[in-house]
Amino acid sequence: MGEVKGFLKYDRQDPKKQSAQERIKHWNEFVTRLLDEEAQAQGARCMDCGVPFCHSGCPLANVIPDWNDLVYQGRWEEAFERLYQTNPFPEFTGRICPALCENACTLGYNYPAVAVKNIEMTIVEKAYEKGWIKPHPPKSRTGRTVAVVGSGPAGLSCADFLNKRGHKVVVYEKNERPGGLLRFGIPDYKLDKNVIDRRLDLMSKEGVVFKTGVTVGKDISLLNLKKQCDAVVLSGGAEQPRNLPVEGRELKGVYFAMEYLAQQNRVNKMKFQGERIDVKGKKVVVIGGGDTGSDCVGTANRQGAARVVQIELLPRPPRERVADNPWPEWALIERTSTSHEEGCERMYAVMTRKFSGENGVLKRLEAVKLEFGPKDPKTGRQEMREIPGSEFVLECDFAFLALGFAGPVRQGMLEESGIALDSKGNVRTDGNYMSSIEGIFSAGDMRRGQSLVVWAINEGLEGGRSVHKYLRK
Amino acid sequence: MNQYPPKQGLYDPSMEHDSCGVGFVCNIKGKKSHDIVRDGIRILENLNHRGAVGSDPLSGDGAGVLVQIPDKFFRKECEKINIDLPSEGNYGIGMMFFPRNLDSRNIIQEWTERIVREEGQRFLGWREVPIVPEKIGAIARSGMPVLRQLFIGRGENTPREHFELKLYVIRKRLFNKVEASILREKRYFYFCSLSSKTMVYKGQLMADQVSTFFPDLDDRDFESALAMVHSRYSTNTFPTWALAHPFRMVAHNGEINTLRGNFNWMRAREKHFVSSVFNDEEIQKILPIVVPHVSDSATFDNALEFLVLAGRSLPHALMMMIPEAWSGDKNMEKEKRDFYEYHSFLMEPWDGPASIAFTDGRYIGAVLDRNGLRPSRITITNDDTVIMASETGVLPVPVENIKLKERLHPGRIFLIDTLEGRVIDDKELKKFYASRKPYGEWLNNKSVDLDDLPDPKRFHTPELQTLLQRQKAFGFTLEDLKIVLRPLILNGEEATGSMGNDAPLAVLSQRPQLLYHYFRQLFAQVTNPPIDPIREENVMGENVLLGAEGNLLDETENHARRIRLKRPILTNRELEKIRNLRIPDFKSRTLPMLFDVSRTEKGMEEALENLFAEADCAIQDGCSILILSDRGVDQKRAPIPALLACAGLHHHLVRRQTRTKASIIVETGEAREMHHFAVLIGYGCNAINPYLVGEIIQHQLEQGLLPEGVTHEIAVKNFLKSTRKGLFKIISKMGISTIQSYCGAQIFEAVGLSEAFIDKYFTATVSRIGGIGIKEVAREVLVRHREAYPVEEAPEQNFLDSGGFYHWRKDGEEHQINPYTIAKLHHAVRTNNRQAYREFAEYLNDWKTNLTTIRGLLKFKNKKPVPLEEVEPVSEIVKRFATGAMSYGSISKEAHECMAIAMNRLGGFSNTGEGGEDPGRFEPDPNGDWRRSRIKQVAQGRFGVSIEYLVNADQMQIKMAQGAKPGEGGQLPGHKVSAEIASTRLTTPGVGLISPPPHHDIYSIEDLAQLIHDLKNANKEADVSVKLVSEVGVGTVAAGVAKGKADHLVISGSEGGTGASPQTSIKYAGLPMELGLAETQQVLVMNDLRGRIRIQADGLIRTGRDVVIAAMLGADEFGFATIALVAMGCMMLRKCHLNACSVGIATQDPELRKKFEGKPEHVVNYFTFVAEEVREIMAELGFRSFKEMIGRVDMLEIQDAIDHWKAKGVDLTYVLHKPDVPAHIAISHCEKQEHGLERALDNELIKFCKKSVETRRPVSFDSEIHNVNRTVGTMLSSYITKRCGLKGLPEDTINIHFNGSAGQSFGAFLAHGVTFTLEGDANDYLGKGLSGGKIIVYPPRNAPFVPEENILVGNVLLYGAICGEAYFHGVAGERFCVRNSGACAVIEGVGDHGCEYMTGGRVVILGPTGKNFGAGMSGGIAYVWDKEGDFRSRFNDGMADLFPIEIPEDIAELLQLIRKHYLYTKSPVARRVLDHWDEVLPQFVKVYPVDYRRVLEQQKLQEAENKTNA
Repeated sequence: MGEVKGFLKYDRQDPKKQSAQERIKHWNEFVTRLLDEEAQAQGARCMDCGVPFCHSGCPLANVIPDWNDLVYQGRWEEAFERLYQTNPFPEFTGRICPALCENACTLGYNYPAVAVKNIEMTIVEKAYEKGWIKPHPPKSRTGRTVAVVGSGPAGLSCADFLNKRGHKVVVYEKNERPGGLLRFGIPDYKLDKNVIDRRLDLMSKEGVVFKTGVTVGKDISLLNLKKQCDAVVLSGGAEQPRNLPVEGRELKGVYFAMEYLAQQNRVNKMKFQGERIDVKGKKVVVIGGGDTGSDCVGTANRQGAARVVQIELLPRPPRERVADNPWPEWALIERTSTSHEEGCERMYAVMTRKFSGENGVLKRLEAVKLEFGPKDPKTGRQEMREIPGSEFVLECDFAFLALGFAGPVRQGMLEESGIALDSKGNVRTDGNYMSSIEGIFSAGDMRRGQSLVVWAINEGLEGGRSVHKYLRK
Repeated sequence: MNQYPPKQGLYDPSMEHDSCGVGFVCNIKGKKSHDIVRDGIRILENLNHRGAVGSDPLSGDGAGVLVQIPDKFFRKECEKINIDLPSEGNYGIGMMFFPRNLDSRNIIQEWTERIVREEGQRFLGWREVPIVPEKIGAIARSGMPVLRQLFIGRGENTPREHFELKLYVIRKRLFNKVEASILREKRYFYFCSLSSKTMVYKGQLMADQVSTFFPDLDDRDFESALAMVHSRYSTNTFPTWALAHPFRMVAHNGEINTLRGNFNWMRAREKHFVSSVFNDEEIQKILPIVVPHVSDSATFDNALEFLVLAGRSLPHALMMMIPEAWSGDKNMEKEKRDFYEYHSFLMEPWDGPASIAFTDGRYIGAVLDRNGLRPSRITITNDDTVIMASETGVLPVPVENIKLKERLHPGRIFLIDTLEGRVIDDKELKKFYASRKPYGEWLNNKSVDLDDLPDPKRFHTPELQTLLQRQKAFGFTLEDLKIVLRPLILNGEEATGSMGNDAPLAVLSQRPQLLYHYFRQLFAQVTNPPIDPIREENVMGENVLLGAEGNLLDETENHARRIRLKRPILTNRELEKIRNLRIPDFKSRTLPMLFDVSRTEKGMEEALENLFAEADCAIQDGCSILILSDRGVDQKRAPIPALLACAGLHHHLVRRQTRTKASIIVETGEAREMHHFAVLIGYGCNAINPYLVGEIIQHQLEQGLLPEGVTHEIAVKNFLKSTRKGLFKIISKMGISTIQSYCGAQIFEAVGLSEAFIDKYFTATVSRIGGIGIKEVAREVLVRHREAYPVEEAPEQNFLDSGGFYHWRKDGEEHQINPYTIAKLHHAVRTNNRQAYREFAEYLNDWKTNLTTIRGLLKFKNKKPVPLEEVEPVSEIVKRFATGAMSYGSISKEAHECMAIAMNRLGGFSNTGEGGEDPGRFEPDPNGDWRRSRIKQVAQGRFGVSIEYLVNADQMQIKMAQGAKPGEGGQLPGHKVSAEIASTRLTTPGVGLISPPPHHDIYSIEDLAQLIHDLKNANKEADVSVKLVSEVGVGTVAAGVAKGKADHLVISGSEGGTGASPQTSIKYAGLPMELGLAETQQVLVMNDLRGRIRIQADGLIRTGRDVVIAAMLGADEFGFATIALVAMGCMMLRKCHLNACSVGIATQDPELRKKFEGKPEHVVNYFTFVAEEVREIMAELGFRSFKEMIGRVDMLEIQDAIDHWKAKGVDLTYVLHKPDVPAHIAISHCEKQEHGLERALDNELIKFCKKSVETRRPVSFDSEIHNVNRTVGTMLSSYITKRCGLKGLPEDTINIHFNGSAGQSFGAFLAHGVTFTLEGDANDYLGKGLSGGKIIVYPPRNAPFVPEENILVGNVLLYGAICGEAYFHGVAGERFCVRNSGACAVIEGVGDHGCEYMTGGRVVILGPTGKNFGAGMSGGIAYVWDKEGDFRSRFNDGMADLFPIEIPEDIAELLQLIRKHYLYTKSPVARRVLDHWDEVLPQFVKVYPVDYRRVLEQQKLQEAENKTNA
């Protein structure tokens, strides 16, 4: 374990961030890594619990106490190995994971949780610096080939897993560059795209082949693809955005969040041709209080929006856990992201009634305030009512819909192949991640629906494990 | 012969224990008289309380007497029946038990007569033994054999000196013949004795029934010069006539712990016996020497008798079998050491607590075990009578006639030669035997020290490139490296852990397990004490021997031809030294423990058979060292589990009787921790080379993983040091002190191994639920092997498995208390959420989600639902619930009181644990809550156990063992002893507290009965409970406890938690609750003892279903500990031992304590949920009241759907066995124990003192006292304390002057204001728990002997004394002032282990001291008059230092105490000291504990500072 009672001796330390005013001037990452000593002191706070809830809470089952302890002891390389053993891409989770581990940390019950994510980040970046992360192509090849469709976190982790076991892996990506949501959905200031390229480079050197600009279901049919290889993994994500079908939705200025975010990422690091969504000097409303919405806030501020308002349908969450949301459940509390720190007005319990504009261009949003009844003990739901007379209007030039996703895009590959979907519209699989078509597997959001990057990575690994088992038969 | 009921259910007759009172009386000059016989009987009667009775108050456990053949009597009697007796010494008498079946009897008689003739002797006739059976109990009568005496005349061709041998041969032949026959009732047949010198009268009698049962004994002509008697206290109540003592040569009080090993080794030696007195043909007739299925005492008697008949004298044979602790004794004379060492080459010690009286008709004497764990008092009179007995005062002797009062010292022999007519003292005797042969020279010439052997040219060096794979093949996990090995390597300490074991039994685990994990360490409880291997290291021995043993019946120089190892763990270099020896006597052969993986499971069994065959060849070729090696594991070859190979070979060789021809060394990569080593040694391994550990050290070194300064040498040294400590800890918990006698002793119970597998490879090991066989064991090996050498490349092969055995891991071992269950339970209790509790319970109750326990394999049957409303309410059910014993000290005040309040609100029980209780908690709080714990624990350390504490109890619980570390003590380091904790424990703040492994007043079952009696005297309203831990035989111990009058019994599972224990103990000691509970229920019901005792089951009970199953298995009540902590907020950090609990439960850190958020409501909610679940199940099954559910094991059956590859072999038939008893025999608690308090002397005393207690006016009077008056003063003290509290009465308010010999526990818990003066002498446990009273003892004023040279008081005085004073004009036995907290005592000499574990108080010793003075002494001060200047050599400097008496305060204090001593006792010794004060003062030394000194000096500094500031 770390230091006995280290948590009493050292406070939790989060890494330094550039000030909000400074960081909105650029698109780069603005968080400084912990220094080695700082990370070690943070490692000292870990108690190596008999029942480590962090490890239990982590979808990847990262054995956090082990590497916390190794960091505390300054045994960085081993810490890295232990981390790498369960997590193929710590550089992603170290940056953008909501840290389910910290939420579940036993210390977090009544002290500030151990700064697991920061330690993870320090470990992995150190590992790159020191050259501990090197290409390790498999010593021999099995002669089996696998096509992975979609290069988001699930596709990448699946490809990596299978490649390391000697299978020939080809990753198909419809976009111009691999990375999926990592590359296009997450703003650069949270995840620098060089971090993805660094990883892709490594994977390529290990033998993974990336075919970009190829849309399966259009450029090649899924069934044909299947014929070319021994197994196919569908990891195309849950990219069907949830719409807000109200009056005025068609107005210019109303966009899905992903359209907006992807465009800005392309502008920053890639070529972008086409019409810019530029909110400089404009009034912006972000609809949806989740992480994607928050990313829109940060992006809008960086573009120089005049005013950013984020509205959320549900009531404002409490500051601290309430009794029926006990530790170690995910804490349903109000969270302030770095984007919020950069300036944003947050409104809760607000329902958008319609968009209106002039000349087909968005000018305002009409909304109403809601009130919520008590929680139904059975369903956990609260009855929702509009408050009469609470209608109000928000001036806005741009509205971004960050309302989540409604499963994978069905047109194209899924429809064309006739693959079975589950009741939610995701690809249906059996206990071994195999779809209704023999040899075709699915993993990630495409299979389980919209989720976190860390879950997607785990999906990729589990899917990979199933494919491996299948191929060995 | 064995007369126990047959093995059934979990009852196993081989687990029976006995213990008792023993004694003899003799005339030194060998003058025969009837008086001696009569006196012997009287001793027996006065030892009656050391025996026991069972459910039938008239059936004793057995008693008897051994005498010389009373020639005069038999001459007279034989005349009557026309037997013509030859002259004295030329005839022998057999005292025999016969079947009641006439045909069988006739046949055996016919055989007897024939065999007598065949052996060339004259058959003279039979005599029917007159008996008066009317007065003995019904149970005894039901098993009573027919008694006959056999008369044999010496044959013409038999020389006189061979006559006894012939009688022995006749007896053995007859025994073997009957044993092999199919005669009806043959089990009745038994020879009490057959000898021309001695004879035994015994039976299943109470001590006071012996003379009435046998009218022979009353005849004036029945004369003997010696009478050896024994009164038995057995755990069973079955008719067992043959097991009464004395045996043919001994009467034994104690227990042979290493019996299984001794038995096997004797068996293995038999074939090689070459005797000068028996010819080969005779030897064949008398085999086997040791008879199976008899008690330990009988086995010992078998071996001793044979050794003596075969030519060794009686004392010589005893010195061999029960040697002194020689290996660690620096002060022992060389000759004696050599003698003992030489004889250790011939035979391992028969280890265990023992006071053995022995005689062959000429010599009579007694011997005590090396640690002095049984009492033996001796009186010699001026008219040549010697009286030896477990107690003094058993045979009153006029004071004027007393020449000497002595006690038997540890390891010493006391001997009388009635022929020479003198007492031979231990020194003379041992000097004689030690110089009989040039043992030292022989050792020098022949034996070889490992250290002296030439260094090998080459030895194995690490092969680090394949290390990882081999680690995996041997099942290493990251936890093995981090949790297990690291502390061994870095600190030389075993890993410590906390909380309990909630991982599955090996046989239920989904993961491949090492074979070691199927074995659980057994431990001593009640019937014999565990040893403290740290504080009493002087009795421990680590050395082992290699090479072939010589003929046991001879002694030659060649017997010394062995290799001496200092320890059983060998380094690579050391192993190579042995392997490379090119000396014919030490030829070795290495046999591979490997098998070809392509041959799959079958391959292992074949390889094993080959291994055995090769070993046979090697022995034939003259190899005396067999090295089993698993070096060479690779892709193709997998290791046979080292334990399997070793144990299998050991038993193979025992069966072939070649085991003593060669030693077994195991060279293995598999064994790496204490438990592994212990199991290997326990199954016959002589030495182990755990080579992979060395490679791991090297690897860590090269990777820079070891701290700076730790070299390979240091790491290895640390590792070896920790193995010494760790192995000592394991063997000592069974009360075994030498590795040599542990070797092959099989002190384990197997769980989850099939009968066939056990029979073949682990013969005679208990394994009660069946399980896997060799195929599955092989499969486990192969699974590991495949992981290590996968067919295809996989990145994960570069990593060790994470394990999850100690700490929960997602991919690791299942745990019951895991993230899911903790979260659900927290949620449930904090928000009173029934649904969350249901989810918690469902997870645990369903074997599909959580198959970890035996109960998980069970399901209910015969359901006949009743409406829920008709079922007993929750408010009644919760009264059966108790929380576990957790001391204030191990958990915080907040947590401790929260638990107490909750349980009091519910009407259940909470438990103080071992740490006493703050008197502020005795009364309810203003808001109605009560912080008092209804159960007051009395543990080994006796912390806080004052009369006031006991008076405030509803239940007094004697903790015999703790599930997490049975057989071990505990320690609270000084920094944890805050002012608050010190005050409740009645000790000094800042001074560390050691809780010894044994209760020093319980070394055997009759001692426990005594403590129960003491506590009952202290508080007759409260129940006395005894807490036991599940292991095989716990049922028989429980029966003994029930007979010892306990009202309540706790059967605790090994799962139980702890604040800090060695990981080895948490994981591998003790058995699951279900086994212990079911066994206890079965044995108590069979004995008709169940009704009088309540049973509480404890062992990770978590849900209502657990409660119901435990009830059906026999529990009235239920204990919850770990889970109750979880309900209060515990998250299983498992950091209790580090004081770092972040939720403020298991910590004393004030910062952390603030974080405690538990509320009594949480605990109340939890127990309510459990009770609700119980109720629902009751309704479903059809029980309206809880009581009718208890013992209804017929409602349970094994789940049929289990297809787990290992668990499917489990068979729970024995667990679910219901003894077939008549309907009137109770199967649950229903009656009260009969404590017999109305007979106590205290009733009289209270009468005399009543007024004085009320008025506080002094009273003083005289009273006679005898050894049968036990626990005098305790009831009186209880009476006073109830009225006056701990402060009692003003000093000397009550003065009682006693005359005579006081029984045990004289003045126990004596209250303040009471002064006892005893003119006479006293037995053991005087002044235990002294709570302010004063005790003065001196010999009768007219005694002719010199008091300071004679023993005055017994062993274990002032144990746990809290305050008060005691003065003794005379000498005490062993362990004077053990764990004294605050009493002042003056005495004139003490035995071994004086002031052991003392934490406070003052002791002055004006005379000699024994060995190991001041061991574990953390507080208080002893002033010792070191007249001879050699005290230091007997002083244990582990925790204290010696100083001259120079400080004025010290001088004043010492002077004051000696003055008082003189004042009270008129001791001439005190007078002399006072008269020559200036001369004598420099001879005094001050024994000053380091801790205590630091604290006192700090206090002084503080005071000085305060003064200057003021």
